[in-house]
Amino acid sequence: MTAIELAVAAPAPKRLQWMTATVREVIEETSRVRSLVIDVPGWSGHRAGQHVDVRLTGEDGYQAQRSYSIASAPETPDLVITVERIIEGEVSPYLAGEVRPGDRFELRGPIGGYFVWTVPLDGHLFLVAGGSGIAPLMAMLRHRAAANSDTPATLLYSSRTAEDIIYRAELERLDWQVGTKVVHTLTRMQPAGWSGFSRRIDRAMLEATCFPVVVRPRIFVCGPTPLVEVAARALRDIGHSQNLIKTERFGPTGGSYG
Amino acid sequence: MSDPPVSRGFRGRGRGSQSARIPPGQHLVSDFPILSAGPTPEPDLAGWHFALEDGQSPISRWSWHEFEALPQTEVTVDIHCVTTWSKLDTHWRGVSIDTLLEAAGLAEPPGTFVLAHCDGGYTTNLPSEDILDGKAMIATHFEDEPLDPEHGGPARLLVPHLYFWKSAKWVRKLQFLDHDQRGFWEDLGYHSYGDPWREQRYDGD
Repeated sequence: MTAIELAVAAPAPKRLQWMTATVREVIEETSRVRSLVIDVPGWSGHRAGQHVDVRLTGEDGYQAQRSYSIASAPETPDLVITVERIIEGEVSPYLAGEVRPGDRFELRGPIGGYFVWTVPLDGHLFLVAGGSGIAPLMAMLRHRAAANSDTPATLLYSSRTAEDIIYRAELERLDWQVGTKVVHTLTRMQPAGWSGFSRRIDRAMLEATCFPVVVRPRIFVCGPTPLVEVAARALRDIGHSQNLIKTERFGPTGGSYG
Repeated sequence: MSDPPVSRGFRGRGRGSQSARIPPGQHLVSDFPILSAGPTPEPDLAGWHFALEDGQSPISRWSWHEFEALPQTEVTVDIHCVTTWSKLDTHWRGVSIDTLLEAAGLAEPPGTFVLAHCDGGYTTNLPSEDILDGKAMIATHFEDEPLDPEHGGPARLLVPHLYFWKSAKWVRKLQFLDHDQRGFWEDLGYHSYGDPWREQRYDGD
């Protein structure tokens, strides 16, 4: 078959259909952040790091849509998104405030094939999160744990205060697992006896926590734009290959994602 | 198709007075969010050049100094990001693709399609007709200031009638081709054309 015939024979790309999602459970992660466990009949599965588009419809037919990272592991049947309530936001105050089990909205996905990590990929895993930017990185850590991967993984996670740490208990458990390290930095307030970092992420902190350049770690950075810019630039300056640094800007940037 | 489920208690902001300018599924923002797949490249104007290619053959090449000396175009346009934000009345200055072709001595583009190449290896594909007749420029200024590196500086492609990932940051080369070759995001499941008014976000839309 010639290339032209192949092109003609190729099926038209399948459209990502909107599906009806029903909220099964609401988990209060912090005072501003909730995880929604949702049932989506016909969901095709996902890879860690991918996101979904969510569309809300009001009684008058008005619709609004936004993208949210998937926080659950591909191995679990539950689909979980984690939403931070943004004061000026339009969709997040609903999802992270109003929603209760049984409520429905539309969803389509999974979307994105770049900011993705799967266990068969070789190499160490270094994750840098700011605030609710932890969500897609949590999917990667959960995926790694579910698959019993022995890939060394380190998470550097920046939160404002200890109360703002999302998935705190689960991260503590992960930190006890062989090969996994979770390092916190608290930028605004630290509890008494705090032994983690107490400042915004900077080059020195990344040098102290990231794997050496020679092991060529796969690096994923997700958070508000200033954090992502600083971390990605510092990691490149330290000597990590630009091709191994994947970024996703996330969370409140003046309400744009709300 | 059946009606979408109503999300109990959701009201939202409503479409507002600008609704005719906001494509379906988009919402208005006043700031300028940043989305990129990797680290922001360090600007290096001394080493910067911009090139046009016909397939594998070079057509023309400009240094930063030469590029800045080309006739400038200013536009005020609305922009629409696939992540659902839209921003109205953004003001840009740069060199239109029409001007670039003319400066290269070409009456028309040498190929039906174009692949834009950027620092960092990012690419995006467009039909050539979508960058002609004032529809696109290589933008170097935003709101009368040199374009920030985070927003694609020193120069980005600006094709405001398509979703904004087509307006590739840190653009360095336009390669004209006789066939359509999908770029970076297009290869990863995003729509090959990306018309916001037809909500062509992902493959198959």
